[in-house]
Amino acid sequence: MNRKQQFREGLITNNPVLVQQIGMCATMAITTTLFNGIGMGLSVLIILTCCNVVVAALRKIIPEEIRLAIFVVVIAGFVTIVDLLLQAFIPALSESLGVFIPLIVVNCIIIGRAEAFCQKNTVKDSFFDGIFQGLGYTCVLIIMCVFRELVGSGRFGGGLIDITNGFRFTLDGTGGGIQIFPADYGMGIMNLPFGGFLTLGLLIGLMQYALKKGEKKKKLEERAAKEAAAMKEVEE
Amino acid sequence: MFAKIVEISLGAILINNFIFSQFLGCCPFLGCSNKVDTATGMGLAVVFVMGLASAICWVIYTYILVPLNLAFLNTLAFILVIAALVQFVEMFLKKSVPSLYSALGIYLPLITTNCAVLGVVLLNVQNKYNFIESVVYGITGGIGFMLAIVLFASVRERTEFSDYPECFNGFAICLVSAALVALAFMGFSGMKIM
Repeated sequence: MNRKQQFREGLITNNPVLVQQIGMCATMAITTTLFNGIGMGLSVLIILTCCNVVVAALRKIIPEEIRLAIFVVVIAGFVTIVDLLLQAFIPALSESLGVFIPLIVVNCIIIGRAEAFCQKNTVKDSFFDGIFQGLGYTCVLIIMCVFRELVGSGRFGGGLIDITNGFRFTLDGTGGGIQIFPADYGMGIMNLPFGGFLTLGLLIGLMQYALKKGEKKKKLEERAAKEAAAMKEVEE
Repeated sequence: MFAKIVEISLGAILINNFIFSQFLGCCPFLGCSNKVDTATGMGLAVVFVMGLASAICWVIYTYILVPLNLAFLNTLAFILVIAALVQFVEMFLKKSVPSLYSALGIYLPLITTNCAVLGVVLLNVQNKYNFIESVVYGITGGIGFMLAIVLFASVRERTEFSDYPECFNGFAICLVSAALVALAFMGFSGMKIM
């Protein structure tokens, strides 16, 4: 399978959130700071990759009738592992994501990829599929976080970046971020649930616009090529 | 005790509505809100399963997982309980209340992957609710979900006739209108009971 195409699919043409439109609960809920966004994105990436590999490896011995139950058990196992690891090593992230880490179990992205991709493909393909789809998810989270944080409170990289004593990354979620304009001028409503719904809606709209435009361009080019070929024939 | 129950119910239905302030259960919320009828069916099914799941998971957590020191396995245990419960409820309704079963239709199996259901049992554990509080939180959380989805379905029936940019077809316009409904629910935020 073509890795480049898989990469494109995960990030753009078959992006889990913007095109497949699944796994939206967490996307809207936790995208308030860059710290949360990157943490959640990477957690999903790791869990998705592990589950993809396991499901693909077991695809020949999983009975058709109870496959969903088996997928859920595999996913819940990995989610528990990641949850405990986060509690042990990055407690701040675990606290601020709260119930949304265990809720990755019912995130449709993971069960959707297991059902749609890993059942029919090799372990290697599924591994890369997990990474690319996870990256696509992480990118959407980062875009939403950056937008909501900037418009909502005029900051960039809250929790992750600290510039009070020179530039450094903070992994304990205490960094104040870079203040781009005073927080009082921000639209505080973007940090509330309203902002989550609105930002994701606009983003999906934008994506549909871009994809449609791409298709139109392709069609126009095809038509032009066809016409050129026809003209050539006529000339001959 | 009574005051606490009122506080939990109002909180779950209005102030901390599962969809509009906690983002739990957005997938079925967006997927099954085409028509008011289907939204009501989905809402009823969720109320039913959330109440039952809260009760059963509380018992399992308190009397099985905690005594065995297996509390860290709660996510795994709860999702299995919910999946089994949904299957069981489906079989039970099919045999004994076929009218309700046909009314709920496809929504019953879909509830397994509704994060509001898993969310409510996890929040019960996190908030250290006792048995009655858990059941009340489950049922009223379900009612809050139903309120949100029915309200939103009627909004969405109207957007079908409105003229919006073509690229917003489908989920995009739903999310934007959901944002406006969420704005209305923001009026309840910060409300304190007593």
